[in-house]
Amino acid sequence: MPPLLKILFMRLGLGVLTLLLVSVVVFAATQALPGDAAKAILGKDSADTERYEALRKQLRLDRPLVEQYASWLGGVVRGDLGKSLVGAGANVTDLIGKRVVNSAILVLFAALVSIPISILLGSLSAIWRDSKFDNVVNIANLSLASLPEFVIGIIMVLVFATAVFKWLPSVSNVNSLMPLSGQMTLFVLPVITLALAVVPYVSRMLRASTVEVLESEYVMMARLKGVSEPRVLWHHALPNAIVPTIQVIAINIAWLAGGIVTVEYLFTFPGVGAGLVDAVANRDMPVVQALVLLMAAIYVLLNLMADIVTILISPRLRTGLR
Amino acid sequence: MSGARSDIVLTVEDLRVVLDPSGIEIDDGVSFVIHEGEVLGLVGESASGKTTAATSLLAYQRRGAKMAGGRIEIAGTDILSLSRPELRKVRGGLISYVPQDASASLNPALRIGDQLMEILNEHSFGSSHAERQARLVEMMDEVLLPSDRAFMRRYPHQLSGGQQQRVVIAMAMANRPKIIVLDEPTTALDVTTQAHVLETVRHLTSSYGVSALYVTHDLAVVSCLVDRIAIMYAGRLVEIGPRADLFTGAYHPYTRRLLAAIPDIHAVRPPRGIPGSAPRPGSRVAGCAFTPRCDCRIDKCATEFPPYTGPDADHQVCCWRWEEVGQGLPVIEGEELVFPTTRAEEPCRTVDTVVVDVREVTAFYQRKEVLHEVTTTLCEHRCLALVGESGSGKTTLARCIAGLHQFKIEGAIEFNGKTLARETRGRTSAERQAIQYIFQSPYSSLNPRKTIRQLLAQPIDIFFDLDRDGTEERMVRVLEQVALDTSLLSRYPEQLSGGERQRVAIARALVAEPSVLICDEVTSWLDVSVQAAIIELLVHLQSETGVSMLFVTHNLALIRSIAQEVAVMQDGRIVEHGVVDAVLDDPQAEYTRLLLGDTPTIPADCRI
Repeated sequence: MPPLLKILFMRLGLGVLTLLLVSVVVFAATQALPGDAAKAILGKDSADTERYEALRKQLRLDRPLVEQYASWLGGVVRGDLGKSLVGAGANVTDLIGKRVVNSAILVLFAALVSIPISILLGSLSAIWRDSKFDNVVNIANLSLASLPEFVIGIIMVLVFATAVFKWLPSVSNVNSLMPLSGQMTLFVLPVITLALAVVPYVSRMLRASTVEVLESEYVMMARLKGVSEPRVLWHHALPNAIVPTIQVIAINIAWLAGGIVTVEYLFTFPGVGAGLVDAVANRDMPVVQALVLLMAAIYVLLNLMADIVTILISPRLRTGLR
Repeated sequence: MSGARSDIVLTVEDLRVVLDPSGIEIDDGVSFVIHEGEVLGLVGESASGKTTAATSLLAYQRRGAKMAGGRIEIAGTDILSLSRPELRKVRGGLISYVPQDASASLNPALRIGDQLMEILNEHSFGSSHAERQARLVEMMDEVLLPSDRAFMRRYPHQLSGGQQQRVVIAMAMANRPKIIVLDEPTTALDVTTQAHVLETVRHLTSSYGVSALYVTHDLAVVSCLVDRIAIMYAGRLVEIGPRADLFTGAYHPYTRRLLAAIPDIHAVRPPRGIPGSAPRPGSRVAGCAFTPRCDCRIDKCATEFPPYTGPDADHQVCCWRWEEVGQGLPVIEGEELVFPTTRAEEPCRTVDTVVVDVREVTAFYQRKEVLHEVTTTLCEHRCLALVGESGSGKTTLARCIAGLHQFKIEGAIEFNGKTLARETRGRTSAERQAIQYIFQSPYSSLNPRKTIRQLLAQPIDIFFDLDRDGTEERMVRVLEQVALDTSLLSRYPEQLSGGERQRVAIARALVAEPSVLICDEVTSWLDVSVQAAIIELLVHLQSETGVSMLFVTHNLALIRSIAQEVAVMQDGRIVEHGVVDAVLDDPQAEYTRLLLGDTPTIPADCRI
């Protein structure tokens, strides 16, 4: 087996183990909350002990915890995330499916916008170190990084949707039944808000590593060889500077997947984030469990991808595998 | 300062480079010419501004430095007036650069072949890709490296140090430049590899008529390579002349002291260090900057910088007393040094008490055997030199004795008749105190966050029960022993020069009052002038304290000055073992002869 595949499988195994631990924590956390599913479904009617007990039996809440966990986990493995406790009791899988797609599109757009901008800003401020451009980018980055993303979102809404200009919708109620192309304007503000939250971290990290690489002897050597400045940057400096940034990018995309909660809620965007907020409010435990597990899986997967990419783009690590 | 020859390739006139924005001079009024096919050696200590002058020839300055004046002309082109695109054509075309550290100068993310091809592509060598491909093969032949696809697809880290340096030299030769700037290209290499690289440079310059500027701190390295030598001190050229003239009749006290600092493998005299260190930009005095370190200074030296003068146009010097120096005015005060007085005629064990006994030691690095049944002894009041190239196992053996080896060891190491545990934590406090280790790099062996006082107090706290005054008193005493001022106690390592740092490292070992001192390549990071001073110090300390010393080095020329016995190591084995004079004068092992042949030295008729 090629060494890279070996690492991949080993890390996947570790990832599954991590998820298993997360599932235990998630399950335990939902158990620790006051009340249970039966109470949540019945609401005020839970005072009726007979109905409450019957429902508990029906939901198998009377079984030992370990058995409950095992049957829930069994369901997760089979793709059956259980039934929602709210309303007609729809399948969790159906319920969150659309939201996952919506959020995936949002994250994808945010990543596609923020990563190239970060690379551009980071490398340019490294080249023009201590220039006006660098200072402006630096101050902007620091201010953005110090604001929570929902504050940025509110400012965006004030400026572009309500108080100053009325160019864009302030509510992004994407309808999954309509074609995506007709609803692009709904994505603009959430995407910008998310991008503004990610760019400072990635671009500052890239600036730091590019500055270091530009001071290196191999960059000096490239210049003394007569290599053109753009080639020095793109060919000699960036491939080395990007390596430590890969991990930061991965963590930020993972954060996008989990951290969009407040942003989605702000724009009432029908994604996993808003879904999670609703589910927590409704004590809809199967949905909460499913969404948290999903977010954990995305973290694990993105970190794994970052490690693999790091190995692939650094020759020393790649050839070290042989 | 040039001869009347017309074939001048490079002219440097009144070059001035300053720190930006402070305006402090790094290079001040440097002028020289290089003729066609000529190799000029630019020699000076750290901080003399020689590397800055060298990169200036390519109109390049490191961040924080800028050109403040002067003119540089290569083959009729005024380098400093070129536009960026024109300059690009000149760099790597007309003039090329070979850096000090090839391993750091090759891009770790790019294949060797791509990096070599790049310089041909960027300068549009030839007219077709096929022509460039052919040139690439030719280039690799010139530096005796393979040019097959497999080699071209390698990354820098997959080459040895010598191969990396050859790749960089091939790159510099790619577009058949008029002149190459070589910036200490062999300093990081073993003597054998260094000899190969020097041979390659010699061959290339003579067969293709390329001129070169060879920058170094070691006159011995360039003694059989260069045609002329320029000596640089504190940003100025202090002497320039034909090689033979400089070796046999230098006019500047500094040049003579640099020569005196070179360890001579023929053993005419022990090397003499230059006290102090070359002043950094900003701390240079008025007048001649060498004045504070010069033993022939007169009042005028401190106030007025001497003009260029000399016996003829080819040999120029800046010194008020150059004529006297040329006639034999002694440049070193004080009595002549002699080689270690307790010169042993007989090997250890025959007359002296054995302190460290290494018996059939086999050591592993991870699972690989790196030392094979090594047996040697270190006797009381003696110094044993352990010589070999990198990878020979000499440092591994030293670390085994010190208890720093982390992997399996077989066999026994005895100290005063008792077997030592493998690791320091298994050894008694007395054993740890008795064996002290001085590391190779004074730049990384001293904790940058501790003051010299804290660094020296630590071993005292660990091994001795001394009160505050007692500790302070011992620190002061040891600093005097290593010739450092006590005012350094409150400084941080960063504020000291390389030589001073190594003295602090020696002092740190000495405060523990060891009976065995292990010196692991302690001079390899230092200038030749500082190296000689450190050797002087170690010799003096050994005779004064009677400590037994294990001196690990790759430089055979050094050992006569310090050791009574030598063990030559190759591939984890001791291939020759004996009294220093016997081994150096009549080497038995083929490998020892090879090392001796590759060790750079100064001409036998050199006059100090």
